Amino acid sequence: MLELGLFYIAATVSLVSTVLAVTRYNAAHALIYLIISLLASAIIFYLVGAPFAAVLEVVIYAGAIMVLFVFVIMLLNLGQSGNVAEHVLLRPGMWIFPSVLCVILFVEIVYVLQSAERLLKGVVVGPKDVGLELFGPYVLAVEIASMLLLAGLVGAYHLGRRYFIDVRDQPTPPPSAVLSGDDHE
Amino acid sequence: MNEAVVIPMEHGLLLAAILFLIGLLGVLVRRNIILILMSLEIMLNACGLAFIVAGAHWGIADGQIMFMLILSIAAAEVSVGLGLLLQAHRRFGSLDIDQASRMRG
Repeated sequence: MLELGLFYIAATVSLVSTVLAVTRYNAAHALIYLIISLLASAIIFYLVGAPFAAVLEVVIYAGAIMVLFVFVIMLLNLGQSGNVAEHVLLRPGMWIFPSVLCVILFVEIVYVLQSAERLLKGVVVGPKDVGLELFGPYVLAVEIASMLLLAGLVGAYHLGRRYFIDVRDQPTPPPSAVLSGDDHE
Repeated sequence: MNEAVVIPMEHGLLLAAILFLIGLLGVLVRRNIILILMSLEIMLNACGLAFIVAGAHWGIADGQIMFMLILSIAAAEVSVGLGLLLQAHRRFGSLDIDQASRMRG
């Protein structure tokens, strides 16, 4: 019964923070609520018996992917407007509700980890089972995922370059000029 | 009723469906490109939650493997999407997606 209660608390935190993430005006505030939503999802994964997926959710989703968003938001908030935004961001009122949600999740995860033995009575699928499946029947899917990540890397590198704006500014540059001018940036 | 108390699958799937709908509403309503990408992340995460809950219900590892594939899809999508966002910011000077409503070949 206790496990069910923990599940419903985490689900409520997840729903509330997701709704708040979608409805914020400021992108940084939305990002904070989105990270809280992902942490709540990680606790739900742990509760239903998928500890490896919970770790991946925290490390990759709430860690790596959200850091990309933070980088881009910080990259675009340059100059005076960035300072104003940071001043608004560091106001205490903005931090109270995310902190409350985080504290709820923290208390919950501490409680879960302390009483993991008698709490997790369902079937737990650990990392070993996942790894055996992953490199057994699903090895082709792993290869496809690696190709997808490589394509994402090449696409991000291509789109992150600066020469598109140069092509638009100059009237009709020959292709060789575009390519050679690109090297200096 | 002293056997394992397991989280009912219907409630987990209902949570995943609600999260997916919130993300879909975010994609449809918001006009900021960053927030649209975040809503896409919410939708992908809801799909992963559905896979995990279903996999845990039958006690198999396939749900977690599907979640890992969704994770790699999300990583690739976000890297390309944020690159497009930077290009849009350079080209239009704002993050409003309505600025890009007119395509020129």
